[in-house]
Amino acid sequence: MRPSVIIVDYEAGNLRSVQRACETVGLSAEISADPEVVRHADRLIFPGVGTAETAMGTLARLGLDEALVSFFQSGRPLLGICLGLQVLLDYTEEGGRDCLGIIPGQCKRFQFVESDYKVPQIGWNEVSKASEHPLMAGVPEGAEFYFVHAYYAIPDQRSHVLAETTFGDKTFASVIGRDNVFATQFHLEKSGRFGLELLAAFGKWDGAVC
Amino acid sequence: MLSKRVVACLDVKNGELSKGVQFVATEMLGDPVAKAKAYYEDGLDELVFYDITASSDQRNIMLDVVQNVAQEIFIPFSVGGGIRTREDAAGLLMAGAEKISLNSAAVLRPELIKECAQAIGTQNTVLSMDVRAVVPNTACPSGYEVVINGGRKAMGVDAIAWARRGCELGAGEVVVNSIDADGMKQGYEIKLTRLVAEAIPVPVVASGGAGTPAHLHQVLTEGKADAALVASMVHYGDYRVLDIKQYLNRQGVKVRMNY
Repeated sequence: MRPSVIIVDYEAGNLRSVQRACETVGLSAEISADPEVVRHADRLIFPGVGTAETAMGTLARLGLDEALVSFFQSGRPLLGICLGLQVLLDYTEEGGRDCLGIIPGQCKRFQFVESDYKVPQIGWNEVSKASEHPLMAGVPEGAEFYFVHAYYAIPDQRSHVLAETTFGDKTFASVIGRDNVFATQFHLEKSGRFGLELLAAFGKWDGAVC
Repeated sequence: MLSKRVVACLDVKNGELSKGVQFVATEMLGDPVAKAKAYYEDGLDELVFYDITASSDQRNIMLDVVQNVAQEIFIPFSVGGGIRTREDAAGLLMAGAEKISLNSAAVLRPELIKECAQAIGTQNTVLSMDVRAVVPNTACPSGYEVVINGGRKAMGVDAIAWARRGCELGAGEVVVNSIDADGMKQGYEIKLTRLVAEAIPVPVVASGGAGTPAHLHQVLTEGKADAALVASMVHYGDYRVLDIKQYLNRQGVKVRMNY
């Protein structure tokens, strides 16, 4: 049977957690590093932990960078998670690396004068909607999700910011999206009930914004 | 705003739950997966499993436990105990753990922290340290010394210096466990926790001594901890995770209440 979701494998961490979460909400998910499989998936999840530098290097080596861009152009639903969100942008400060350029903007590292805010941000934090999006419809205001990151996204266009989160004195884009792409800085596969509900909604999404 | 975390620690021996008092496993408490699931449903923020299985040929039992837990709960969990190589660490991550926790093996060979951080990422590499109070001396000027092998062996290493070194080597989080307070239910070692929290740039998890919700409040405010670990106070049903979080919330500590 054809899986409903392909999870992109680029040697970037714990893909099994994402796969298990998919299974729990009734989505059959296969892990693949094959650019052809990725290109022709019905639905794609692009997770990731680690550094953007290593990730971009591995994606290029495996030919997955082009496959991801081509998948995006197909209009089919794409979900980025954590590092998978960060490398969707044009550029990241982490290692000074050019990224996929699917969403215009860049990633920066948290910088605090106040030493009480520790980087990376690790833990649960609130997510507040910034613009209307069908996938966010079921997320209650102030629901918390699990974050682990030192860099955050700054999309060029305000309309690409779907939700925001405040860490220390910084309010950053914790969910970004454009057309058929939806990406969360938090780990929805580790975010309890609300995370699973978001994943289930992605499984039903047709990629249209309205 | 980032919430403070309530973390439950489950000691697992030969695949079963056990709770030690001052580091000697005394009672067996049953199936860790069932317990983990109950806490998850009760709003727990994170789990830690310590594999205290003595013999290495029983290690695969722990991988099974991790896999089973990963199918039932969708909050982060870390695994510690018996990790000596980057391959051990990677195997646990593949089985479904979010982070791995290094303790004695890292004290004996600090490079292990670096190797794990490079293999699985800094954010997934936790340094867990067992600490006891000593009379301040040249080797341990802070008055806190690192011990290993479940508290049985003193290392002549200063706890604050070791926490700093661990971060330099790539630890993304530090668990500070007071063996003086462990299992005593008289409260966390506030001074120790605060010293470590002020000395390092990564989050600190306080461990050892929780007996009441007020103890958590104290260590999350005065002790400057980012997270507080609980064990016996929830394992024996004295408190529910929910009770603890409601208490913290009432006291003005930001915790995740909607789940």
